[in-house]
Amino acid sequence: MSIFVDENTKVIVQGLTGGQGKFHGLRNRDYGTKVVGGVTPGKGGTDVEGIPVFNSVKEAVAATGATASFVVVPPKFASAAILEAAEGGITFIVCITEGIPAHDEAVTYNRLVEEYPDVRLLGPNCPGIISPGKCNIGITSGDIALAGGPVGIVSRSGTLTYQALHELSQQGIGQTTCVGIGGDPVPGTNFIDCLAAFEADPETKAVMMIGEIGGSEEERAAEWIKHNMTKPVVSYIAGVTAPAGRKMGHAGAIISGSKGTAQAKMDALAEAGVHVCLNPTEAGQKMVEIVQAL
Amino acid sequence: MDLFEYQGKQYFSRFGIAVSPGDVADTVEEAVAVAERIGYPVVVKAQVKVGGRGKAGGVKLAHDVDEVRRHAQNILGLDIKGHVVHRLWIERSSDIAKEYYASFTLDRPNKTHLGMLSAQGGVEIEVVAEENPDAIAFLSIDPVRGLDLATARRWVHEAELDEVAREQAAELLVKLYDCYTTGDCDLAEINPLILTPEGKVHALDAKVTLDENASFRHPEWEEFRATETEDPREKMAKEKGLNYIGLDGSIGIIANGAGLAMSTLDVVNQVGGSAANFLDIGGGANADVMAAALEVINSDAKVSAIFVNIFGGITRVDEVAKGVLEALSRVSINAPIVLRLDGTNAVEGRAILAPHLNDRLITEPTMLDAARRAVSLASA
Repeated sequence: MSIFVDENTKVIVQGLTGGQGKFHGLRNRDYGTKVVGGVTPGKGGTDVEGIPVFNSVKEAVAATGATASFVVVPPKFASAAILEAAEGGITFIVCITEGIPAHDEAVTYNRLVEEYPDVRLLGPNCPGIISPGKCNIGITSGDIALAGGPVGIVSRSGTLTYQALHELSQQGIGQTTCVGIGGDPVPGTNFIDCLAAFEADPETKAVMMIGEIGGSEEERAAEWIKHNMTKPVVSYIAGVTAPAGRKMGHAGAIISGSKGTAQAKMDALAEAGVHVCLNPTEAGQKMVEIVQAL
Repeated sequence: MDLFEYQGKQYFSRFGIAVSPGDVADTVEEAVAVAERIGYPVVVKAQVKVGGRGKAGGVKLAHDVDEVRRHAQNILGLDIKGHVVHRLWIERSSDIAKEYYASFTLDRPNKTHLGMLSAQGGVEIEVVAEENPDAIAFLSIDPVRGLDLATARRWVHEAELDEVAREQAAELLVKLYDCYTTGDCDLAEINPLILTPEGKVHALDAKVTLDENASFRHPEWEEFRATETEDPREKMAKEKGLNYIGLDGSIGIIANGAGLAMSTLDVVNQVGGSAANFLDIGGGANADVMAAALEVINSDAKVSAIFVNIFGGITRVDEVAKGVLEALSRVSINAPIVLRLDGTNAVEGRAILAPHLNDRLITEPTMLDAARRAVSLASA
């Protein structure tokens, strides 16, 4: 099984007529994802290589029965697009947009929680989600994933998500679902949400968790793992050699004082029984050992 | 983006937050002119983005023109923890009855805003938090609802600010929250927030960090940006739209995505090398961006090998390959380049580079192999 999406998930792309939206929307469709429509205000009635475009999410949902949306619009429009998706009846929103102001993210997240409690937001600033062979929403290259499980992947960093998929696929280890939660300060879906879903998924036998410096999400995840997770977890935390006080690209990736260091996160995870590795390749090898011993 | 104190105070003023009258000065004569205009006594304050200015001799009280001249002379050019003082802030000295602390920042675990208020200001809040956590009144604020005056009034009461200060402080906190939110700050902090013997409350310091993702709706930030970075490599990278941090090693790093860039630093370190920089070309980088990245790295004389680590997602590897060739045709790259290319359009990208590979332009199949190769080239 997969988490959050499956082979029946119908997806619309908000921003399908833009450069990135078209490229990745079509790639997702080519992968086999049920991309049933696009939304661009003012372009309703047109199509992008056979995918019908609608003026609003509401219209798109009414016409296609979509339950998921792929939001790929510029930062200044992203919050409105996410809220439009929720209002339009979408229950799973993937937003890949990078560079949304933190205050917009905070307001959007809390409005979703308060007004649309059944909606799950993945991202923003994330690579999306792929359930190999079933559904790919986002910007992950489908050919680096391998269907069939038994490993679930959750990652805070985009490109390291691909690296993790690659390390496993190269070794012939498949994935049930790979979720990129993104590195922004207010992510819609966090490590614990994904760990809990993987724990509940009978086909997922082990989980790879990729974290990075900054914040305390990894420490919180470690605490959750300690008390709730029965499946083996392998982790890698990026930024062991990062200097303090400098933002490493992601708005969230910063070591402030003694908080947010890779070492603190690695210690917390190790204490929770997680197999902590020093680089993605080592994490891949560790997972191979674990899967072979299952 | 961190602001200097004077910029923070100017930013506060726009939101109606009371600060001491003052102005900036880059020379001794300018300092004297400002002091004469605003009236004595004045405080001469070094403008550097680092704590501990007072202890380092960067903050001095002046009662007359001679003292202003002497202090300005001493402080301009002073090195405070590696930050050289080029600018002073001269402001009217305030009599202080009480020092408080106030700040707003994002509470990431709870996804709300966090207000911190304390009647024990003027010292490092981390120290207060450790030694006497009950002295800080924490307020969790729902970003949708914001902070209203009634809540602020309860808050100043809970923090046990002096009676006479409470109403003014509550009003100021609402303004500070407005500055924090509509002003798109990651952090808006006043330490100390003072109560004068005359019963006035105002901000004696300002620590503001702006969220650069919100630049698109703040054209007025341009003036802050002008004074921002001092590292010439970082300045050049910023002008080209790259996310660059200068470090001290010999391997130039270019990667797509912050996580992969950090991981690249880690791996280079693990195989015995050291990184000259962190450089994330971002998502969706095209040939121009890649070429610019190589040019920035090339400007760093310490770099003796370059490791380009790309895992294409939204970034297309064929674009990266074109950028590498474009950079090579535009400028002479001093150090050998080791590339590791995977992901979106990797096959196309490798094919573009194939005819150009030589002992100065090398590809390796994995991240670890490429790191080892770069480190061995750097030490050769």
